[in-house]
Amino acid sequence: MTERMRIEAILRELFEVAARPGVSVAKRAKRGKPLVGVLPYYAPEEIVHATGMLPVGVWGGTADISKANHYFPPFACPLVKSALELAIRGVYDGLAAMMVPCLCESLTFFGQNFRAARPDIPFVPVVHPQNRRSPEGVAYLRAEYQKVQARLEAIAGRKIAPGDLDSAIGIFNDHRRALRAFLEEAPRHPSLVLPGVRHAVVKSSYFMDRAEHAALVGELTRHLKGIPEGESGRGKKVVVTGIMAEPEGLMGLFEDVGLDVVADDLAQESRAFRTDVPDGGDPLERLARRWSLVEGCSLAFDPGKERNRILLELVRRSGARGLVVLMMQFCDPEEMDYPLYRKDFDAAGIPVLHLETEPRMSLEQARTRLQSFAEMI
Amino acid sequence: MSEVQTSKQLLDHYAGQVYADAAAAKAAGTPVGWSTAIAPQEFFETMGLPLVYPENHSAVISARKRALGFLERAEAYGYHADICGYMRVNFGYLLEGAKGDADVPPAPVPDFVVCCNNYCTMIVKWYENLAKELGIPVFMIDMPYNPEGVVDEPRVRYIRAQFDRLVGQLEDLTGRPFDRDRFREVMEVSRENVRLWKRAFEIVSHVPSPANGFDFYNYLTLMVFMRGRPETTEVLRLWIREMEGKIARGEGPFRDAQERFRVMFDGIACWPQLAHTAKVFRSHGINITGSNYPDGWAVQYETGDLEGMARAYASVANNMSLERQVAKRVEIIRQGRCDGAVYHMNRSCKVMDFLTYEAQRRVFEETGAPYITFDGDQADPRVFVAAQFDTRVQALVEMMEARKGDGR
Repeated sequence: MTERMRIEAILRELFEVAARPGVSVAKRAKRGKPLVGVLPYYAPEEIVHATGMLPVGVWGGTADISKANHYFPPFACPLVKSALELAIRGVYDGLAAMMVPCLCESLTFFGQNFRAARPDIPFVPVVHPQNRRSPEGVAYLRAEYQKVQARLEAIAGRKIAPGDLDSAIGIFNDHRRALRAFLEEAPRHPSLVLPGVRHAVVKSSYFMDRAEHAALVGELTRHLKGIPEGESGRGKKVVVTGIMAEPEGLMGLFEDVGLDVVADDLAQESRAFRTDVPDGGDPLERLARRWSLVEGCSLAFDPGKERNRILLELVRRSGARGLVVLMMQFCDPEEMDYPLYRKDFDAAGIPVLHLETEPRMSLEQARTRLQSFAEMI
Repeated sequence: MSEVQTSKQLLDHYAGQVYADAAAAKAAGTPVGWSTAIAPQEFFETMGLPLVYPENHSAVISARKRALGFLERAEAYGYHADICGYMRVNFGYLLEGAKGDADVPPAPVPDFVVCCNNYCTMIVKWYENLAKELGIPVFMIDMPYNPEGVVDEPRVRYIRAQFDRLVGQLEDLTGRPFDRDRFREVMEVSRENVRLWKRAFEIVSHVPSPANGFDFYNYLTLMVFMRGRPETTEVLRLWIREMEGKIARGEGPFRDAQERFRVMFDGIACWPQLAHTAKVFRSHGINITGSNYPDGWAVQYETGDLEGMARAYASVANNMSLERQVAKRVEIIRQGRCDGAVYHMNRSCKVMDFLTYEAQRRVFEETGAPYITFDGDQADPRVFVAAQFDTRVQALVEMMEARKGDGR
């Protein structure tokens, strides 16, 4: 098999997982692994892994909302609303537990409403501190993770053996490095790693075992490095920021209008693996310290607004001509950051496109906006 | 103050004075802070650092029908119209140059901000932005949400440690030592004010109630602004005496109408349409005798007990589980002897809205008190539709009548 064929085979496999997460997850459940649903952001998935269960990302979907309207008003975040809809419809039946971080109001009250609507699925909340860099913040989060560990052990029916958590941390850090290396290499192959493909490679990680995913992505990156760089200059380079590059079909529009995504600052993508779990000491404390190292995320207390600087640097370093903001509808944390980084981008003369996204958005309207942006930059 | 004044007059006097005092302090070189509404003010009161409360400021602006200009200013700056109206009014006020006038209290631009997230998560972003835009420090007092309704020991230790850190930060800011004796005095005054505040709830529950409609929301200003000051003690004592007098004289809440129905009002008042909502209630003889909102300031702890103080501040109802929020509303409905409940689906306040539907179902199951929900906003006048409100209140009246007719 030539390198190019192998690259295409891996991409097809990951694309398939991202497009049909249910199939991928069901296959893994058949292998006997209990599944734990994990809502965004910064959940200590390593603990799930160490108990022998498989963490599976729950990021909502495009379902028609009917049952979730009994819990959330019309102006609620579409991610949590669709996740609740799917939970009530039974899509998550069979999950051993649902882990829910509480980093925004939508997630916090998703947790409470989920618990009310599906009391049969064990609920594992995680509440991160916002004074996350102080010793007391780290100590608190360590205690919170300890509680999570005890819950997950009870659900899994097995204790985490000494060394298991350290080894899970190793696997997750390797996976983070593998994704970062892939995203470094990807812009050199714009015709192979199209925006939709790039998104699918990352998204697929939420529905596979991390070691398995890291191996595939690692192999993919090696093969990409082994082939000549793709022709450049066709697409115009942009950076995307926001929560996630959904709904399905959105990234295809970038391809259609000639925009290449050379870097991202999405919560579902780069922000999720930008920060490794640091070395040294007790594993729960290491996990807690990871949260204190997170930078430039709308969900993490950031009084210096480092995000403004990080985003500008990302655009400059990647040689992008502009920034596309994928603003998820009704997302307070992201909407609150926007005016401040926008001001810095305007001052720097870097074009910004603000595109509001939601699962049932009109892709044709988005296409027109992206098209004009592509022509402008 | 002259003895002939009513508690309402005194309240208005002190509430107006707050901004003048803050401006005077700032002019004299004392740092002035902006604070979230249920922060542990005790530390700042002890240090003599004046605090102004943007949420209250925005509420006053909204009640005086001046919000729209500020909202539009903030929206033009890039703040989405879906985000909290208080925040948008506040940034609009800053962007307009932070100038007061006859309707807009002159809140001075702060030298520091205090953020305690015990009733709102989005507020962290608001205060982050204030700190960044104004280039000033933010004192973040983080009180993690309690998804299972219990403030556990790690949370208490975390919050207590933040209190200790805050003391050091305030000493650095002012260059003065933290006076522990003064701190005890402030805690004692705060404790007494909370006791009186709770006592006022009990008196309001008398049938007919001596308090009228949104009275609680008015006196709340003091609990927000001056929970640690003797002025609040003075006003609350006077208000309680006035209410006791009305009970003794057999007087109800309205001069021109009987109290026919008593309701729990859930959420923040619809300030831009306060007059309309109050008028419609009064026209049906509906009085508000309970609300989850003013209860948020009933922060109870023992003087000198910092762990207790941490637990009390972390236990504000919005920071609690669904079950605890339901239990609180059931308690309010029972204490206020409410015939029904009115839930404000306040477009600004996701923290309150996102549990409303399940909470109201459970509260109804336990109390049998009929309820309605209406769409409105605490600041943005563009959300409320009078016809919807009027029709729903009419429906509630019919449900409450039917229930009373059943002899319950």
